[in-house]
Formats: sequence, C-alpha cells, structure tokens
Amino acid sequence: MSDPSAVIEIKDLVKDYKLGELPVHVLKGISFDIQRGDFVSIMGPSGSGKSTLMNILGCLDKPTSGSYSLDGIPVARLSRDELAGIRNKKIGFVFQQFNLLARTAAVENVELPLMYTDVPARERHDRAMKALAAVGLTGREDHQPSQLSGGQQQRVAIARSLVNDPKIILADEPTGALDSRTSIEIMAIFQRLNHDDGITMIVVTHDPDIATYSNRNIHFKDGRLQLDERIEHPRDARHDLQQLPVETPEEVAA
Amino acid sequence: MNKIFASMRIALRALQVNRTRSALTMLGIIIGVAAVIAMVGVGAGATDRIQQQIQSMGANLIIVLPGSVSSNGVRLGSGAVASLTQDDAKAIAAECPSVSLAAPAVRGNVQIVNGNSNWATTAQGVTPDYMTIRDYTMLSGQFFTTQDVDAAAKTAVLGQTVAQNLFGISDPTGQVVIIKNVPFTVAGVLTPKGQSPTGQDQDDVILLPISTATQKVLGANKANAKAVGSLMVQASRAGTMDQAQQELTALLRERHRIQPGEDDDFTVRNLTEVYAAQESSAQVMSILLGAIASVSLIVGGIGIMNIMLVSVTERTREIGLRQAVGAKTRDILSQFLVEAVTLSLLGGIIGIVVGLTASLLISHFAQWSTKVSLLSILLAFLFSALVGVFFGYYPARKAAYMDPIEALRYE
Repeated sequence: MSDPSAVIEIKDLVKDYKLGELPVHVLKGISFDIQRGDFVSIMGPSGSGKSTLMNILGCLDKPTSGSYSLDGIPVARLSRDELAGIRNKKIGFVFQQFNLLARTAAVENVELPLMYTDVPARERHDRAMKALAAVGLTGREDHQPSQLSGGQQQRVAIARSLVNDPKIILADEPTGALDSRTSIEIMAIFQRLNHDDGITMIVVTHDPDIATYSNRNIHFKDGRLQLDERIEHPRDARHDLQQLPVETPEEVAA
Repeated sequence: MNKIFASMRIALRALQVNRTRSALTMLGIIIGVAAVIAMVGVGAGATDRIQQQIQSMGANLIIVLPGSVSSNGVRLGSGAVASLTQDDAKAIAAECPSVSLAAPAVRGNVQIVNGNSNWATTAQGVTPDYMTIRDYTMLSGQFFTTQDVDAAAKTAVLGQTVAQNLFGISDPTGQVVIIKNVPFTVAGVLTPKGQSPTGQDQDDVILLPISTATQKVLGANKANAKAVGSLMVQASRAGTMDQAQQELTALLRERHRIQPGEDDDFTVRNLTEVYAAQESSAQVMSILLGAIASVSLIVGGIGIMNIMLVSVTERTREIGLRQAVGAKTRDILSQFLVEAVTLSLLGGIIGIVVGLTASLLISHFAQWSTKVSLLSILLAFLFSALVGVFFGYYPARKAAYMDPIEALRYE
C-alpha cells in the first residue's frame, strides 16, 4: 500500500485548535508525499499553517485527523513516549535560534540525542566527533556556544541533528538568524548532506533565495497546499559561495 | 549504576552553574540534618545515662519487702511486720521458673571502727547471690562465700566510701575493722557504683554475711530468727519480669497461708519499671527534639522545591530541546529528580558533618553527654534523600510533562 520510495506520506491531514469556544482550523486536509532524497523547501506567510505542519512532521504534535507515515511507520496515533523514540531515531532538528545548551562544549551538545539511546559513552563521543568533522568544526569540539559565531553555532546544531543518522532533517528557518553569506554556507552543508548522504531535507523559510537551493518548493496558504513545484535546476550553494568575495581566512577553510 | 553516576555528574554540573543559589538551597538541608543529628544525639545521651543508672541498680531486679498487714482495722505500713524469711528466698529461687536468683537481706546502722578512725554507715547482711543480683564487682579482694555465711564468719566487704573514710588510700583487704566490739576481717572492697538514681551514695555500705549480721551485729528478730528485711530477686530475663513477679507472689501467698481475697503481707517492687518510665520520658524528649529538628529539614525541602521550580522555568527551552531530540518523559523526570536528590544528599552529607561537630561541641562545652549513633546518621542520610525525592518530584513532573512545542518556543 505504501510507496517504498516515499519517506513521508501524509493524507487528509487536519489540525484544529480550540481557541476559547471557537475551533480554529489550522490545517484543512493536506495530502502529499516526500520522496527519499528530496530537498524540500516549505514557504508561506505566517498563519498559513506551515509551523503546525512542521510540528506534525517532526512528531512533536499529533494531527486531529488524517494519516501520517514516516519511513513506513504510521505515527499519527503514537503515544508521547513513542513519538519521542521516533524523533530520536528518524528525525534531526535544526532551529532558527540554534537551541544549543549554554556552557556546554560543542561535542557534548552534539552528543545530546545519543544520551537518550543505549550507545556507550565512548561511541557517543566518537560519533559526535565525526558529525562535527562533517560540518567542518574539527578542533572546535571543546568550545562553548558563547565562544562560537552564529554560523558555527548553527553548524554545531546541524552536527547534532546528524549524529543519530536520521532519515530526515527538519530545519525551521535555519538561516533566519544568520547573514546572507553564512546562510549560503549552511545551505551548502545541507546540499552536501542531501546529495552525498541521501538525507531527506525539509527546510521552512521565508526567504525565496534560500528556497532556490531546494529541488522542490511547497507553498502554503490558509491551511491548504497552494503550490507544489519541482525545481529542475536548483542553485549550487558551493558555487555561489565561491562567487562571493572572501571575507576572512576562516571562511575559506569552511 | 553507571547511568546513575553519569546523571549525578550532569546534575552536579547543572548545580555548579548557579553556585550561590545551590549553596543557599543546600543550607536549609544542612541545618535540618545537623539539627536532627545533634538533637537526637542529646536525647540519646540522656537516655543512655538513665540506662546506666538502671544498670547500677542491678539488672532485672525485683525487691520484695515485708508488707502491710491490718490488725483490727488498723493498717500498718510496709515493713511493719517481719513476714519474710530466708526460707522464702530459698523457696523463690528453687520453685519459681522465671527467677534466676533470690537473695535475702537485713540492714541496720552501725558504727565501724578502725584504730582511731570511725565511720557510721549502713550494714547489709547478705548472701553471695546479692553480689550477682546487684551487679557488684570487686575492686580488690574477694566477696565472702556461702561457707562464710553458713559458718557465720566474721568477714566484711566494704564499699568504697567506707574504705576511704577508715583507711584513706591504703587497701583495707586483710585488715580488721571493729563493729559493736566484734572484729571483722575485711575480705575485699567493692568497685564504686556512684550515686543511685535517687541520689544516694551506693558505696557508703558494709556487707556482712547474713548469719553474722543477725547473730552478732544487728540482732535477730525475737519472734523469728530467720526474718529478713527484704528479698532481692533477679528475673532470668528482662522479658520475664512480670511472670517472675506473678510466680513469686503466688508462692509467697501460699507459703504465708493467705486466703484468697485477703491482702498480701508483703510488697513487691519492680524498680526497673520506675526507671523504665524515666527512660521512656527521656526517649519522648529525644523524639520531640528530633521532631522539632525535622521541621527545619522539611523547610529545607520546600526550599529545594522552590529552587527546582525556578530552575525548571528557566530551562524550559532546554527541556523542549531534550524532548525534541528524543528524551522520554521519564528521562526528563529522572534528570530533575536526580538534580534535587543530589542537592539534598550533598546537603545531607555536609549536615551530618556539621551535626557531628555540633554534638561534640555540646558535649565538650555544656558538659552534656551526647551519643550520635550510626543509625541516626544513616537515617538522616536516608531522610535527606527522601526529602529530595519528595520535594523534587513535583518540579520534575512539571518539567517532564511540558509540551515540547511550547517549551521550544519559550522566551
């Protein structure tokens, strides 16, 4: 029944909130699939329901009705702790505000998802170091967030989302707190993870430029899917980065 | 186990972030635990002293005194008639299964002379069993023997006070003292017992064989040569005191031919009971002190709850993040619970040290015996852990059941 090439299948997804007496229909029946290896950007004005959809896709929230299967697992009716387990194994989160633990070394921030698994301490550390290397932060593992730049902090957060070998990475406005150059750096990392490691990327953004790095663009409006288009030739963030004037030697290394 | 240590390490680090706050929170537990330990120590010290006094009376001691009789409607006080005899003592020892020893005793006041010094004291005519029953030991020499009693030997055992007044610092064993013109050889000196619980000097005494005492010193009762002033009875175990009392009462009533319905012609006193009452009042006092001190421990616990609630609110985003990356309800619950317990246990350990120091200082400066038992230390430790769990549970639960979406968005 389910399509093995789809990592996310949602059908007739409805989400209502109760605001006092009045029910508010945030999602009014949404259906779409996301294929393995897709790089999807989701856009839409605030109030369009895209945050709610992201929360449901991220297994942080449950739909009022409709079905959602993630990597073949129907997750719409799972319990609180079962959802936590799914988040732990299948999903990596990247947030606008990075959400790193303050006064905690980068490597320990990256290890955090593994703290809720049975992985032994030594392997946790090794995997965290590998994830840091994948985002170009080797040598910064002992730095605390306050000692890192915004871009570096977001890269630590990406390493954290990678450390569990997730099926999908959900990034909610990952470049919202960063300057344009750093934003492109982050998109370059996303593109590499998508292309080289086959991780399905889902990025929510306000910025149309950011969306041009994805290969599929979904627009929301008033709780409905407004536009779902394939981008045949996404821009290459690495290439764009090389076109920009070099600002610091450190960025060259990145 | 490893996992517990790992989460304790994480908790310690979280507590280090707000050092002053953590230290002040712990102070509540420190004061509580220290107060419990010191106060229970003071109470236990008092109980201990009373127990020592009871021991000095002799263990499991029952005293039988000649009792009140009424003749023609006039009731006479106890001891008014010489109703007890040495044979009663022998019968009690032989026939009551719950009694291990029974010793008769007569007493009177005597003037003892040694050379040019003399001393007035109480003479007790006793048998060697008396020494066992009253839990006497010898400082020097030997107690007189059953043969001495049978032969009415002129031998005496001195209490420490008597020995000092007649002989000063030299050992009187083997010396001769004179009582009512009768020379007695001193067989030995008793180990001092100090004051009785009622303030009497228990060492101001001279012990003579009961036969010698009645025949040569105190004078026998004219009606009954074998009459005695009292019987000291030792129950075989502390638990059989009541049974021994019943057995000897029944036996004495039978021997004295007392009809059912008539009053006893003897009185049975159980001294241990009197002092047990004192002991239990001391225990009540120590429980009371402990209870008052526990209140401060509970106040300390409320301090922990307060700080944990603040900490949970401050770290809402952290909680949301942990939930997002896969922390289950119990993971968050245990994280904050371990933090609260770490706080209270650390406070407990420091409190134990402070409490021990305080009770040592109380003993030293207030001259007040304190006794801190290992049990009270363990209890304080356990109790402080419990306080952590109890007062940490509500904040931890609050953290564990946060909505991850709202927690992540919390500013």
